[in-house]
Amino acid sequence: MNLYTRRLLINRFNLAVSLLTMLFGLFWLGWILFTLFKAGFGGLSAKLFLEMTPPPGSDGGLLNAILGSLLMGAAGTALGTPVGILAGIYLAEFGSRGWLAPMTRFISDILLSAPSIVVGLFIYEAYVVRVGHFSGWAGAFALALIVIPVVIRTTENMLRLVPDSLREAAAALGAPQWKVIVLVTVRAAKAGIITGILLAIARISGETAPLLFTSLNNQFWTSNMNSPMANLPVVIFQFAMSPYEDWHRLAWAGALLITLSVLALNVFARVFFRNRTATY
Amino acid sequence: MNAAVLQPVEQALIQKIRVKDLNFYYGKFQALKSINLDIPERKVTAFIGPSGCGKSTLLRTFNRMYALYPNQEAQGEILLDGENILGPGQDLNRLRAKVGMVFQKPTPFPMSIHDNIAFGVRLYESLPPREMEERVEWALRKAALWDEVKGKLRQSGTSLSGGQQQRLCIARAIAVRPEVLLLDEPASALDPISTGRIEELVHELKADYTIVIVTHNMQQAARVSDYTAYMYLGDLVEFGVTDELFIKPKKKETEDYITGRFG
Repeated sequence: MNLYTRRLLINRFNLAVSLLTMLFGLFWLGWILFTLFKAGFGGLSAKLFLEMTPPPGSDGGLLNAILGSLLMGAAGTALGTPVGILAGIYLAEFGSRGWLAPMTRFISDILLSAPSIVVGLFIYEAYVVRVGHFSGWAGAFALALIVIPVVIRTTENMLRLVPDSLREAAAALGAPQWKVIVLVTVRAAKAGIITGILLAIARISGETAPLLFTSLNNQFWTSNMNSPMANLPVVIFQFAMSPYEDWHRLAWAGALLITLSVLALNVFARVFFRNRTATY
Repeated sequence: MNAAVLQPVEQALIQKIRVKDLNFYYGKFQALKSINLDIPERKVTAFIGPSGCGKSTLLRTFNRMYALYPNQEAQGEILLDGENILGPGQDLNRLRAKVGMVFQKPTPFPMSIHDNIAFGVRLYESLPPREMEERVEWALRKAALWDEVKGKLRQSGTSLSGGQQQRLCIARAIAVRPEVLLLDEPASALDPISTGRIEELVHELKADYTIVIVTHNMQQAARVSDYTAYMYLGDLVEFGVTDELFIKPKKKETEDYITGRFG
């Protein structure tokens, strides 16, 4: 066998192996999506968006849970994103000297991989116990704590991808550092930073554990962030554990709803930023 | 006869930048070794030498670009119009507004062509829109780019070709009306036609600006510069009028380098 045929065979073999592992991964993903659609599609109806979560044995929808998820998700993102972006900017642009930045990065990484139930318990201990009741705010705080490290990480990484030559070029015109950062670096990394925020939203929209101990659940419609609030993940958890047939149906529909919204968010982000990323 | 008439050429030269006993360190590594050099006003001065000889390092001390990085340190004096820019009281942003720089790779900002140029102008002047338009046009004309971009000033600067991007960067640098223009291998990433354009530009710009250019290309140095400095391993080996340095170098090392026996 000459060198050329040998390389050709090795190439084919490796290509086949990587293709198979790709298919292996896709297979399970496909199966999950298939099951979800099969079980949840029947539950998708106008009622889902118009009626409250029902008592066992009767018909209903998920309106209060959808509203709760939206409110707490929005509040959590609004609280966590600015902190995450500012901290990410600090790490990327000022973090080359001193001990504070490496430590912050380390702690943020721990937070990033911490089990979310720990975050829920922390807010329970630090907030819920003090005010004496579960509430939408507590849920939002827990979600914000999950958003922060995700946004820190992506913001820092995206800013690091901006070449130093661009920073130098702006500084060479006499721009003070804050203008270099705000007008040039952050702008160059904007698409990546926004993608990071969307990733964080996708991450928190399926989180159950941090909400179990904070916002808990609520059978009724409420937009009061100071009261316990229904939300999709906890409703899915409760309904799926119940022995009732219609609750199961609603749980599947809720799961499908979360998946579809996250999917839509991702597709939107990709289409929106496809032609907007600068090439360097 | 008085003394002034005896040396008319020497008298006419004003030294814009005077480098006195400059040492430069990257951490512990010494990259420049007691450099002494005078850069004349409204002339083109070229720095040549093999990679790693310190020519870019020297250039980057003139606008204190190195100050962006920790562990980089310059010792000695650099006098710009008689004022030591290495002194502790130096306002770096003011200095950089006065000493513009164009880099090896084009660095358009992620904004429109118009805003790329207005960016630097807005830092130190607040012009009414009408005057800003005029300034943008003036800078683009100076950089020989106006005819190619006049219809698409609102398009992104990153959509231009490499050579156009580099001329955009030159336009951006001269739009703030600096006194000195530092060019760090401005044509090394460009094709011969774009390179020719940039060289013509350097010729035209020297009527108004003091230009210092770092180049790897000896022919380019010979074509565009009035004065040339040959550097090697952090030392300034020879500095003089370009024609003399290329035709009759005083030092053996310089001759070896420019004749291609070394480097």
